[in-house]
Amino acid sequence: MKVGLWGSLRPVAGGADSVELEAATIRDLLAALVAKHPGVEPFLKSGIAVSIDGVVYQNSPGQTIPAGAEVYLLPRLRGG
Amino acid sequence: MPLDTGHESREFKIVGKRPVRPDGVDKVTGRARFGADMTAPGMLWGVMLRSPHAHARIVSIDASRAEALPGVHAVVTRADFPADSGGNEDVLDHCIAGEKALYDGHGIAAVAAASRNLARRAAALIEVEYEILPHVTDVDAAIAPGAPIIRPGLRTSGDTDATDADTNIAAKHEFGHGDVEAGFAKADVIVERSFTTGASHQGYIEPHACLATMNADGQADIWCCTQGHFAVRNTCAAIMGIEASQMRVTASEIGGGFGGKTTVFIEPVALALSRKTGRPVKMVMDREDVFRASGPTSSASIDVRIGATEDGRIVAGEATLRYQGGAYPGSPVEMGSMSAFACYDMPAVRTTGYDVLCNRPKQAAYRAPGAPMAAFAIESAVDDLARELDMDTLDFRIKNAARDGTQSSYGPKYDQIGLLPTLEAAKAHPHWNAPIKEGEGRGIACGFWFNFGGETCVSLNVNADGTVGLSVGTPDIGGSRASMCQMAAEELGVPYSSVRTIVADTSSLGYNDVTDGSRVTFATGLATIRAARDATAKLCDRAAQLWGIPAAAVEWRDGAAHPAGDNAGKFDPLTLAEIAAKGAETGGPVAGHCEVNADGAGVSFGTHIADVAVDPGTGRTTVTRYTVLQDAGKAVHPSYVEGQFQGGAAQGIGWALNEEYLYDEDGHLLNSGFLDYRIPVASDLPMIDTEILEIPNPGHPYGVRGVGETPIVPPLPTVANAIRDAAGVRMTHAPMSPPRVLAAMKRRG
Repeated sequence: MKVGLWGSLRPVAGGADSVELEAATIRDLLAALVAKHPGVEPFLKSGIAVSIDGVVYQNSPGQTIPAGAEVYLLPRLRGG
Repeated sequence: MPLDTGHESREFKIVGKRPVRPDGVDKVTGRARFGADMTAPGMLWGVMLRSPHAHARIVSIDASRAEALPGVHAVVTRADFPADSGGNEDVLDHCIAGEKALYDGHGIAAVAAASRNLARRAAALIEVEYEILPHVTDVDAAIAPGAPIIRPGLRTSGDTDATDADTNIAAKHEFGHGDVEAGFAKADVIVERSFTTGASHQGYIEPHACLATMNADGQADIWCCTQGHFAVRNTCAAIMGIEASQMRVTASEIGGGFGGKTTVFIEPVALALSRKTGRPVKMVMDREDVFRASGPTSSASIDVRIGATEDGRIVAGEATLRYQGGAYPGSPVEMGSMSAFACYDMPAVRTTGYDVLCNRPKQAAYRAPGAPMAAFAIESAVDDLARELDMDTLDFRIKNAARDGTQSSYGPKYDQIGLLPTLEAAKAHPHWNAPIKEGEGRGIACGFWFNFGGETCVSLNVNADGTVGLSVGTPDIGGSRASMCQMAAEELGVPYSSVRTIVADTSSLGYNDVTDGSRVTFATGLATIRAARDATAKLCDRAAQLWGIPAAAVEWRDGAAHPAGDNAGKFDPLTLAEIAAKGAETGGPVAGHCEVNADGAGVSFGTHIADVAVDPGTGRTTVTRYTVLQDAGKAVHPSYVEGQFQGGAAQGIGWALNEEYLYDEDGHLLNSGFLDYRIPVASDLPMIDTEILEIPNPGHPYGVRGVGETPIVPPLPTVANAIRDAAGVRMTHAPMSPPRVLAAMKRRG
């Protein structure tokens, strides 16, 4: 699947605005991303959110990713 | 959490009504207990000694004269804390300085004494030797060549082009899509502007206060005013080097938070004093402490460029945002960068954010952290772009508004969003269509916020008398207990008055995230509905026992168990009260629970309209009419939704016109009180009109979206655009105080 990257991730993930990964869940997705591009690991540790078809997940590593879904990585959201 | 929220349209009986809030009587009669209202036998008072310097090395601290004062029990410094703060080093350092004082007001040492006055006298006797260092409090000055370095060794994360040299830039963030330069090449009109915003404070009326007890066996208790007592527990336990399970935190009633009470400022210090003295220690910030040493917003500096074709279509936009977050990394510049262009459908967009250190207190969240500054810049530039195209500013926004399926400026495509309905509602609103009064001007602007859910746990207990107790772990900062009572009553089919919601302490309930991110009505509400459904399933099981039929043959509707169809047998319905009364015969108490990591909060949009009058002699701006239109998904208690709209607008208007941290050339804060830092009072504002739109959020059973943060995003540009209309000047700094507006009018001629 095509996984969109926010701008800060691109330099440490091959330079493109997206990467191709195979994953069934968010947990698998992040593991595959680190395996392919180890430079992203500090960004993941500092907090990340995953958008699947426009719904943002911050705390659901077991969330399944439907085939053909739009997937996008974002910094972890903060609020007041 | 999978999105099995099962949102469905339905007729509500209690949700959507406006019942009296359950905490109202206690609050208006003075019985409600806030942070400073708690005392304990043997209690001491803690007082902080604070730095008079913006940046200084702490050479030595001599507390001997303070300690010798009769009635003084202990003095603590940073040396009294474990070296390992469990990842909370910056949080602790902001509470009490280590090697350096990093801002005017930074805590240096604390005294515990028999009275508050005595503790103050003792603190004044502590002798601190400082080596004063160069300082910087302005965000642009902090990144200029030769700026004083606040944290030697700091490098910029996220910047592959950064040199290996000391810097005050902690991080760089980039977002966007499309070919921005190609987009600008297609533009017929390009607007380019630079903006700055001052640092504002949340302005909550209740100062931070706590009562901490830490016993010799390592058990600890804290009573404090906070938006998140579980977060206080985890942070303080890590700092003090004990297990979270050894600490119980109880949240008091709260006199305002707005994001500013999502962290700790005094609690670790009170714990350290209690551990050293063996006595409970109470600390209460005074207003000067709150301004100097809690967590105001970032101040910001933003460059914007937006281009459009002559038919009014935006083709490209870019912005560079620089936010100072005090002397520590962590300004919300990434949130500002993500939200900046979020209202628009743009083929090419790029935002770059820089997190900058200054000699100021560590910023804390404030309603939609990072977004109002960005909106001020982008929505002002959008307004000017529409004017240059000779288009109506509202029609221009409608033409370019993000819609369902638009690729957002921060990345993903939007699901179901409500921006366009707010713009169309604004166009149809009587305010927008009323004639503008002589000498006044009208402005409009949009705003966006993300919203989120988070970890949530609730417990719902059915009492034997047929009433219901609901325990939640999210402090009530905006009427959430009323909303929870409504949702529980709706699901159970019992009267609103039969449900009592309490905020349980950290030892009585599973972990709950902080009350922030506009999450409580969404996430705690979702958990409440599920806990109620868990309870009704058990009530059906109990009815089945009483009737001697299978549980699967019982259904819950209209507040009672019913046989599910003719084959289940003929039985009169059993109400919740009737089943509860027989609890002892059917298995004991009935309770429902829900533990959830709630996602699917759904983004939020709003549109604001303002009319202003600008005094040509003084430059003073008066807001004469103001309207908020926002999507709430489903308004559980419309009065509190309207209150959030009005409160956010009022705070945003204050930021737009008056509120700003002012520092002298030595880095001293000049306006650390409400006389000099002026928030709007009722007589400064018109009645703020509201219109609630309800575009259901599919991620919630009732369609709820968070509403608390979005309303502070549009006011800065809405007021700026109204001033532009009224006085013909484009203000590029917020607050747009009378001297600044007057100077701009004089420059205009």
